[in-house]
Amino acid sequence: MSSAERYIADLRQTGDFARVLALIPYARYLGLSVDLVDGDPITKLPADPKLIGNPVLGALHGGTVGALLESAAVFKLLWESSSDAVPKTINITVDYLQSAKAGLDTFARASITKHGRRVANVQVRAWQREEGRPIAAAHAHFLLKSSVT
Amino acid sequence: MDAFDTQMAKAFESFSPHMRELGFEVVSVVHGVCVAKIAYRPEFVGDPASGVLHGGLVTSLLDSAGGAAVLSALHEPITLATLDLRIDYLRPAPPGKPLLARVECYKATKHVAFTRGVAYDASECDPVAAMAATYMLHTRKIRSAEKTA
Repeated sequence: MSSAERYIADLRQTGDFARVLALIPYARYLGLSVDLVDGDPITKLPADPKLIGNPVLGALHGGTVGALLESAAVFKLLWESSSDAVPKTINITVDYLQSAKAGLDTFARASITKHGRRVANVQVRAWQREEGRPIAAAHAHFLLKSSVT
Repeated sequence: MDAFDTQMAKAFESFSPHMRELGFEVVSVVHGVCVAKIAYRPEFVGDPASGVLHGGLVTSLLDSAGGAAVLSALHEPITLATLDLRIDYLRPAPPGKPLLARVECYKATKHVAFTRGVAYDASECDPVAAMAATYMLHTRKIRSAEKTA
């Protein structure tokens, strides 16, 4: 078992995402956190002035919204996938639905649309005030094997 | 690069807090093609075992380079917003090296601009990621040219 696999097995036992997040430098940089809400991981990107893309609109940078969506999809797979490998992003398409306010926390929830042996298709939505009013959505494919054979 | 492109490149590097924070640098922007760069930093890493950059950083770089390419193609200081952005991750970004992006705006209509591009380290012929993104144009009336980007 590699150290990554050990952490994933440990995460599925304890539900303690903080230990996994602490290992990912860019997740720490963004200040991401994950809470289990009724057993479903919700990823949070806290409001932070350094993430402002457009100061006139007071809007979050689109790249950080993309990073939140991709991260939320990975955390969902770490939590629920039967694979021991760290999922690798094959591709992601982000739809920007409305300008995200830099002064508000942003949340994301992922759902696994299809979980195959090698590939998972995941959909993600991000929101600020209400989950029913998404600011962005994404769908992504992930490779679930640690090596392509 | 003419006066407009030079001024716009400067605005892109300095106007957005997040771009300043990431050290986003416009290498060149002319005739609707933008080459931009972000230097490697340990806090941008997504996979601690390999030191590979996080996909979210690749997203931020390509999103902003695409925006600059659109403004260069239109050659006027307007507001715009990313409508959607797709990224294919072709191979890991090697640790320790700056990440570059080359994005072109190949079509602009009255309301929408279309871009495509790649992220790479050594040569754009051997890309790390491929992107396609669309941008909505004239998202907000602006009072002065300096409020663009």
